[in-house]
Amino acid sequence: MGKFLVQRFAYLVVLVVIATSSTYFLAAAALNPRSNFEGRNPPPSPEVVDSLLDSLNLNDKTPITERFERWVRGVTAWNLGDAIDGGSINDEMRRRMGVSLRLLLIGSILGSLAGVAAGAYGAVRQYGFSDHAMTFVSFCLLSIPTVVLSVFLANSGASLNNAVGQRVVYNTGEYTPGLAEWSGAGITDRLQHLVLPSLVLILQGFAFYSRYQRNSMLDVLGSDFVRTAQAKGLRRSRALIKHALRTALIPMGTFFAYEFALIFIGSIFVEKIFSWHGMGEWFVQSIQKNDVNATAAIGMFVAILVLIAGFLSDVVTVTLDPRIRRS
Amino acid sequence: MTSRQSRSRLVVRRFIRRRLAVLGLFIVVMFFAFAYLGPAFYKWKFDKLDFTSLLEGPSGNHWFGTTQNGFDMFALTMRGLQKSLIIGLVGAVISTAIAAVAGAAAGYFSGWTDRAVITLIDLLLVLPGFLIIAILSPVFEGHTWLVFVLLLAAFQWMITARVIRSMTLSMKEREFVHAARFMGVSDWKIILRHILPNMSSFLIIDATINVSSLILAEVGLSFFGFGVQPPDISLGTLINDHWQSASTANGYQFYFPAVLLVLLVLSVNLVGDGLRDALDPNAKVGEQ
Repeated sequence: MGKFLVQRFAYLVVLVVIATSSTYFLAAAALNPRSNFEGRNPPPSPEVVDSLLDSLNLNDKTPITERFERWVRGVTAWNLGDAIDGGSINDEMRRRMGVSLRLLLIGSILGSLAGVAAGAYGAVRQYGFSDHAMTFVSFCLLSIPTVVLSVFLANSGASLNNAVGQRVVYNTGEYTPGLAEWSGAGITDRLQHLVLPSLVLILQGFAFYSRYQRNSMLDVLGSDFVRTAQAKGLRRSRALIKHALRTALIPMGTFFAYEFALIFIGSIFVEKIFSWHGMGEWFVQSIQKNDVNATAAIGMFVAILVLIAGFLSDVVTVTLDPRIRRS
Repeated sequence: MTSRQSRSRLVVRRFIRRRLAVLGLFIVVMFFAFAYLGPAFYKWKFDKLDFTSLLEGPSGNHWFGTTQNGFDMFALTMRGLQKSLIIGLVGAVISTAIAAVAGAAAGYFSGWTDRAVITLIDLLLVLPGFLIIAILSPVFEGHTWLVFVLLLAAFQWMITARVIRSMTLSMKEREFVHAARFMGVSDWKIILRHILPNMSSFLIIDATINVSSLILAEVGLSFFGFGVQPPDISLGTLINDHWQSASTANGYQFYFPAVLLVLLVLSVNLVGDGLRDALDPNAKVGEQ
């Protein structure tokens, strides 16, 4: 078991290193930081631009391998470099990671829990009314792009406020400035901002996971060991949860892992439409500003996110699946 | 009646039984007809301005209303629909083709080919396609949208290829493949003539489902300006241009393309679902 996990971890680390390096090379080749200075009036002299780009390690006249070397040296010393318009990328990342975490944590956890619960319940009640209704709803939700769903919910929130006659939910920003952070009013205010973006994530997580969980649960429900468990005299609910659901969760681990990257991508849309200033917004801005260092840093962030999720899913698999634990 | 005819009849009969799938197919066909033939019969063109009606709601004259500059929303939406449809179709075919060739080669040849394909798949799964295409967007900015479609397809094939690889692994031990090999048929001919046609059901279903995921991916990237570039118009660029009007009285500018998009994706998914039921040899539906 330990050996299996160590092997998986080593493999994932290698993949992260390759993925991060590829992101750096692609960003350094595709983005053109020099163009940021071209439209300025008065135009800065080429020497000034060169020295500025040199100090940021963005000069396209330096060979790309040299720039990469310097970047790697920085990264190994926990320094991701400077952003193109000044400021340390480390600080920016720390701030924005917090924002994204506060945005994504509740929504993604509730979404996956709702999806797993709904999928398992639907499989137990196969072809019943609730099963049909849930399959239909998740099928429709999966056909709605995040952008459209977010815009629609943001507008519904505004309509709700109008209908009630006072602010129930906010559809822009993370909090109202000026409120004390840990006061009752401050926390209520943050929750009011959080409702709509979380709803987007919950609906999408529900749609995505319930379909897979339903299928994987259906595969398990017909198996002998569930029948045996009930024949031994276990209550139906206990047999379903301890024997069927536990087995049906094993294949879901892989989905949780890959879904992590998707959640980040989904957050790019949610952050733009609800005006949160997290990692997703930063990614879009960095590309538009031709900021190679910031783009590469975000690429590394996502790769590490996938690594952690992938490793967690391996741990979950090992814990749930005795066949792998023994071998 | 030959068995081939009866099989395709069975497939058609099973498909028709799924009312929703037939409805989906009907909507997709109608979208194609409207997108490509509609503009020929419609009064306004997507690049013609009507200075007498700026920012006007839907009417008999302008079906979907007009934009701030006097562009006709219906003409724009049909133009966008054309691009989204073609991106979905071309991309899906390319992606399934890559998956078929890479997966079958990995399974058939094993050895280093297999290892190379598997490593590539793992790597591409770690690199999120959305991020990489966004990073590469300045490179294909001046080029045709076909480059963009190729990139979309390049990040879509991996999971299918994995499935095809494992299907090939079991199929290459079957008698007809052995027979072909002993008769001296070349490896690639075996793959293309014997192995892949035996998976055609799976490939058709996969391509259909890819159509909707590629349409969604296009919309997502174009929403940030990382996808289809002006002067080209797609449903994604239309949504990007007009989403901020959704909360205003002129919300029709957002809702017409958005609702058409959701309907299109939903219909394609319904067709894919119906095809899965119709082509699956294990399905019991419609067999009496």
